[in-house]
Parts: sequence; structure tokens; C-alpha cells
Amino acid sequence: MLTDLLGIPPQVLFGQLMLGLINGAFYAVLSLGLAVIFGLLNIVNFAHGAFYMLGAFATVAVTQYLGIGYWGALIVAPLVVGAFGAAIEYFLLRRLTGVDHLYGLLLTFGLALVIEGSFVKMFGASGLPYPVPAQLTGGVNLGFMFLPWYRGWVVVASLAVCIATWFLFERTKIGAYLRAGTENPKLLQAFGVNVPLLTTLAYGYGVALAAFAGVLVAPITQVSPLMGSNLIIVVFAVVVIGGMGSIMGAVVTGLAMGVIEGLTRVFWPEASATVIFMVMAIVLVLRPAGLFGKTA
Amino acid sequence: MNILKKLSLSVSALAMVASAASAEISDGVVKIGVLTDMSGTYSDLSGEGAVVATQMAIDEFGGTVAGAPIEIVSADHQNKADIAANKAREWGDTQQVDAFAELVTTSVALAVFEVAKQQNKIALVSGAASSPLTSDACIPTGLHWTYNTRALAVGTGSAIVKEGGDSWYFLTADYAFGEALQGDVTKVVEAEGGTVLGAAKHPFPASDFSSFVLQAQASGAKVVGLANAGADTINAIKAANEFGLVAAGQKVAGLLVFLTDVHALGLDTAQGLQMTVSFYWDLNDETRAWSQKFFEKTGKMPTGVQAGTYSSVLHYLRAIEATGSDDTDTVLAKMREMPVNDAFATNGVLRTDGRMVHDMFLAEVKSPAESSGPWDYLKIVRTIPGEEAYGPLSESNCPTK
Repeated sequence: MLTDLLGIPPQVLFGQLMLGLINGAFYAVLSLGLAVIFGLLNIVNFAHGAFYMLGAFATVAVTQYLGIGYWGALIVAPLVVGAFGAAIEYFLLRRLTGVDHLYGLLLTFGLALVIEGSFVKMFGASGLPYPVPAQLTGGVNLGFMFLPWYRGWVVVASLAVCIATWFLFERTKIGAYLRAGTENPKLLQAFGVNVPLLTTLAYGYGVALAAFAGVLVAPITQVSPLMGSNLIIVVFAVVVIGGMGSIMGAVVTGLAMGVIEGLTRVFWPEASATVIFMVMAIVLVLRPAGLFGKTA
Repeated sequence: MNILKKLSLSVSALAMVASAASAEISDGVVKIGVLTDMSGTYSDLSGEGAVVATQMAIDEFGGTVAGAPIEIVSADHQNKADIAANKAREWGDTQQVDAFAELVTTSVALAVFEVAKQQNKIALVSGAASSPLTSDACIPTGLHWTYNTRALAVGTGSAIVKEGGDSWYFLTADYAFGEALQGDVTKVVEAEGGTVLGAAKHPFPASDFSSFVLQAQASGAKVVGLANAGADTINAIKAANEFGLVAAGQKVAGLLVFLTDVHALGLDTAQGLQMTVSFYWDLNDETRAWSQKFFEKTGKMPTGVQAGTYSSVLHYLRAIEATGSDDTDTVLAKMREMPVNDAFATNGVLRTDGRMVHDMFLAEVKSPAESSGPWDYLKIVRTIPGEEAYGPLSESNCPTK
């Protein structure tokens, strides 16, 4: 009988699977940005959560001060925050090329603390509310759960961005340059390609992806200075499981971890905060390079 | 006798007079250590504002009590018990701190209680809410000022059961406070003839509440009780609205909601929410005057936790003033003897189990139409007498009561 699966009513199970998919879509976009940055710049970008938070705050700001609303923010916020990220790469991170990864990690971690700290000072920890856009209020009853239209839109928008990114990196000339730049930047430079510009743009793009996730989440949770720091560790775990730098790995693992977390919430709610790290530990033991990573 | 010798003699004579005035004040200074969450989930409802409130109490004394200067030190405990305990121990051992104040987050308060007990120092708890702090977990020098989970349960819990909300499901923060709040509300609900169908424990802090809201929906309970606080409550309420929990006829009961939460949610989302508060800025002339001063310093109206911190420190200083001593036992005895009267409490009584008993208020969040502007958020539905809110002393399991 489907009425009770291991004592769990099916509507709860399907509901949690659906929610897992939605959360997974967020993980996918966020870990995708991290994977792009690590893959191309070899930087462990600890400021990713802060950029995600900046994306959400930019959404509130452009709505309030430019009056262009949610749909405009979907484009403007990632552009603005992405440009900010590119500036950070140009003025700060660039100085760390050639030194150990750890320095990039420390710099971005410090940046995250400074950005988050100043936002707590300015806006307080409870943050600001942001309404769901009028076109996407309400929802549909799927029988096993009530699916808000907005959450459905989040999945569609996230997957579209993931596919576009994959296409950009794997199927276009720019993507080919970027990949070549990771393999051998000196050789690529010798061919007349402006590699430093390419890295700045790549970092800006990764940051813009984080900001895009920030725009998507703004109507769902409170726009708060600490929203990124709560999430970033989980997203790092997702990237490690998928394989540092693997674009496909980041997307697939993001979705899968969302679903696993959703299932854990049904069967063992208290463990839902740690299940991703357990998976990470197991994967690291069995495949140190991650599920989709190339072994060095 | 040359002039220099004369001078030094008179200086030392002056010094003796000065030290006589504060003879009973250890180290010649009264030092209050404010330990609170400065940067995390609870920093809006407490944080910097609690330090400002403490300073306001000190300012009322003009910076000195019983001839000794009053000093304040503060630190961010990040809601972590180990950080809080280490800081408190350091303050007590090396910096002559006489009393610890605020202490939001139950795990923090419990850890600092341990230190306060060893050092025989007074702990003025304001932000932590668990009722065991003056029951099973009490210490002789631990005073619980602003509210507790029992008072919150009596206020919001029984009001909702009386309105017909007789079956409950809890979304509970997975630490000592969530458990205490759920436990106290369960007692009230069951005593009023209601039933509790279940609970989902969520990590603290959590940002995504959708799956917990879904479980609450599936439970079919009439009331979904939020046994959490701060940003967790805000996000849970948002998720409940988004997933149509309220539209489908279930009621969300925020069991610990602060004015800053209402401010952050906006009246559109928060309207109609019932909440139990220890303090509201717009209660009477005295609260308005005090809150206005607070507003000028912080740009925000005070929460009960901040006003309670002010009140606890003020009462502590008044007892030192009255006895001329900062000896823990002397001050404690005086604090118990004097009624608590200030902008926060009227005729509050400090019991031997550490509980400060004062009236609480059941409030309802105004609709946007009813509100005249920012911070005009609540209407008081009922005053809950202190005795009813906190129960009789005989209910407390505190061994040293």
C-alpha cells in the first residue's frame, strides 16, 4: 500500500522531495558559481555567501530606489554585484596569483566578515522583508502538497541559468578560452588572448551567479546580513562532493543534496543539518577528487 | 615640615576619606559585564541596544553609586555557551566585574550561571527565556528578569486555546530554549483541554522552514506553535504564509515574538498575530518617556529584553546605593526586599528562586490601517497578573528557594 511508506504518509514524502528539489536548485546555482571560480582562478571563494547576501540586498535596494521591481532586479542585481566582484578580483585577488590557495581563501573570508559585519551594523540582524512578485503569489495544489508559484519559478529559473552556464563554458569559444586558461594560462596569453581580463570576467560571473541566487531567495526568506554565512558551508560541502571546479558536478550534486536533505527531514529531522557533511565524508574517503572531479 | 611633605600628607588624608566612602565597594568600582549576542540572530532584540539600556541605568545614577564609579564592559558571546563562560570567567577573575547582565540564549545563561555560582557573583538574566533558569537549573545568585517560557505559554497559549485552537503542532528550535517553551505551552494546552499532535525540531538557526511547515500542514493541527525566536520566527511565519498554511485555516502562533520581529516582518505579514510581551513602549507616560530616550540613542524602539536589562541593572544599582555595599549577599537581600519600580515594571517582586514577578501583557499586532506609523504595532488585549504568568513559588523546583 502506498498510504504508508515506513510509517510516512506519501504526501509528506513527495512534498519533501519537491522541497528538496527547490533547495537543491539554490545549492546548484550557488555551488556552480563557486565551481566556476575555483575551476578558473583556483580561488576558494569564501566571500560567496556574502555576495549572495549582497544580491538579496541589491534586490531590495533597486526596488526601493530605482523602482524597477523584482523582474528588473533579476538582471540588475547580478550585474551590479558581479561588477563589484570583478573589481575585487582586479584590485585585490589579482595580487595573490602565484601564491598558495590559502591566501585567496583567507582574503575572501576576511572580505565576507567585513561585508557581513558592516551590513549587520547598518540593517540589523533581522533584516528587511521583500514581497513575492504579484504575478507569482498564490500557488497550486498538487494533491500531495501546496506548491507556491514562486517556488516553482525558482526551480525553472535556476535550472535555466545552470544550463546556460554549462553551455557557455562547454560549447562556446569564450568557454574554450576560459578552459584553456585554466590548463595553461601562459600558452593562451602567447596566442594573444587577454588572460587577466578573462579571469576578472570569470570571477565577476561567478559572483553574479551568487547574486542571482540572492535575488531568487529574497522573497522567500528575510533579507538579512547573515543569510549567506548560514548557507556557505553547506554549499562548500556540495562543491567538494561534486568535485572542485566541475561545472556539471556542481549542478547535479546541488540538486541531489537538496533531495537527500529533504528525505532526511522526513526520516530523521534532527540530522538534516548534518547529512550533507556525512555524504561529504563518505565521498572523500571513496573518491577524494569528488564524484565528478578529475583525479590529479 | 616642608611644603611638599604637607601636600603629600593632605593628599593621603583625602584619599583615606575617599576610600572610606566606598569602603564596602570591592576594588573601589562597581563593574557590570553585559554579555549578549552582538552580531547573530538575536542581536536586534538584544545586542547593542542592551548595552545602551545598561548605560541608561548607569546614567540615572550619574555614573557613581555609593561613592564608587560604575563601569560597563560588554562582549559578543555569539550565542555560544563556551565563549560566554570563558568571557564571564575572565571578567570575574581578572577585571573585577561584579555582575553579569543580559545573557540572551538559554545555553549561554546556563553556562554563565555555572561561573556566577563559582565566583558568587550576580547574574541578571534578561534575554534567555527558559523557565528552568529559576527552577531545576537555578542558582542562588541567578536572577531572571524579563520573562520566561511559562509566562509566554500562559499568555499566548491559553488565549489561543480559549479561542478554539485546541490541537497543536510545534515547530521547535532544537536547543534548551525551544524544548522549554514547547514543554511549558504543552502543559498549558493540555490543562485547558487541548491536545498536542506532534512537533518538528529544526536546527538553530535555520533559514528554510518550508519542509517543517509542510510537516505542520500534514499534521492537520488547528494551531502551529512556533517554539523559536528572532530570525527563526520571522522566516517560519513567512514560509507559513507562502505555503498557504494560514489560508487553509490553520493558525500560526508565535510563542516568543519581539517588537523588532514585527518591525522586520512588516504589518502586512504580521497583522493579527498574538504575542505575549513583558514591555511595550506605548503602555503609559513613563514607558513612552523612557523609550523615547532609548530611541534617540539607537534609532529603534526598545524590546522587552532591552527594557528588562535596564530594569535589572537599575535595581541592582539601587540596592548597592541603599546598602552602600556591593557584597553579593547583602545586595541580593536588598534587591529582594525592595519592590521593582521603573519604566519596565510596576511593583515587581524578586522571589527567592530568582524570579522577578511582574505583570505581562497579551498583545495583538495591529493592521496597517490601525497603525499610525513606524513602531506603532501593538494593541494590548489583556494584562496578565504576575502571579498568573509566573505561577506560585511552590511550583518552582529550585532547591535553594
